[in-house]
Amino acid sequence: MAQLNVDLVAADRKIWSGRAQRVTAPAADGEIGILADHSPLLSVLREGSVRIVAEGESLELRVTGGFLSVDSNQVTIVADSVESVPASR
Amino acid sequence: MAGSQRVYKQRIKSTQSLKKMFRAQELIAASRIGKARDRTAAASPYARAITRAVSAVATHSTTQHPLTSERTDTNRVAVLVVASDRGMAGAYSASIIRETERLVERLVAEGKEVALYAAGRRAISYYSFRGRTLAGTWSYGSDAPNSEIAGEIADALLGAFLAPVAEGGVSELHIVYTQFVNMVTQRPRVVRMLPLEVVEGVAPAGKHDVLPLYDFEPSPEAVLDALLPRYVRSRIFSCLLDAAASELAARQRAMHTATDNAEDLIRNYTRLANQARQADITQEISEIVSGADALAAS
Repeated sequence: MAQLNVDLVAADRKIWSGRAQRVTAPAADGEIGILADHSPLLSVLREGSVRIVAEGESLELRVTGGFLSVDSNQVTIVADSVESVPASR
Repeated sequence: MAGSQRVYKQRIKSTQSLKKMFRAQELIAASRIGKARDRTAAASPYARAITRAVSAVATHSTTQHPLTSERTDTNRVAVLVVASDRGMAGAYSASIIRETERLVERLVAEGKEVALYAAGRRAISYYSFRGRTLAGTWSYGSDAPNSEIAGEIADALLGAFLAPVAEGGVSELHIVYTQFVNMVTQRPRVVRMLPLEVVEGVAPAGKHDVLPLYDFEPSPEAVLDALLPRYVRSRIFSCLLDAAASELAARQRAMHTATDNAEDLIRNYTRLANQARQADITQEISEIVSGADALAAS
């Protein structure tokens, strides 16, 4: 199954990057879920939590805003600030 | 004659302690350059992501945004000088201020009124000493800027750009900063930040010759609204980071030269001290010999 390449970056550093099955993010009009082969999308993010479900791990981070772009399985989440450090469960 | 020997010894001693200080400054600057360049590298994924997104929006929508359109209602322009907080960096601050003066002169010749914004204590003290009014000042750790200070500067400047004429709105924003080329070359550079020219961003990576047709959520306008201020912030942040790396490189080089000069001085003074000592000895010998001669003659 195709996977997503996810990059999560904040203004001054890269926070997480890797392959994931599913990403959910707080888009402007409501929570948005992204699976592989999603159509290209550029969205503004509200304050909320971003969840990344990857092989064997999943992480949840609070972001205070930013934007999200999806383009041929490349997901880039640009966050203004990320509140909790990634902790794998 | 013993007096001149003592004077030389004193000078050697003080030059030696100066040399130690210069050496320490040089080593501090050298160790911080690595960190400054790491910070630049850490910020670049964000800058890349945002530039790519901005160019995607710009190529797929014809939306006009206040930040990309020229303002014709005022001839006030803003100039942001990015200088250092401390000296001891050779010509770093002087050359950035000279570049700023040149830009200001050019803008004034074009009939524009310049509002100066200064970041870094050296620029602030330069202009306040000369009684020039500064529209905004920031002094922060200029060799280690963070994204909050970049956000603060960007917010103030965007505020000025979007403000109505009566409240001191400006029609352009220029930034004067020092570009870090490599360890030996740092170049003062002027960029026009606002109104934005997104054209330069439209250079997507080779494999994507055509950017995909994006869905915009909630709307292209809203996305552009959210993106452009972040783009400006990220550009200003990268200017600050570049300036920080340049400052440290300039300081390292200046301190290296100062250490070398101190070594030269010490060498010269040592020679002079040796000469003085030799002269003392010669004089003493001739005094003794002439004393002995006088005794033998009597």
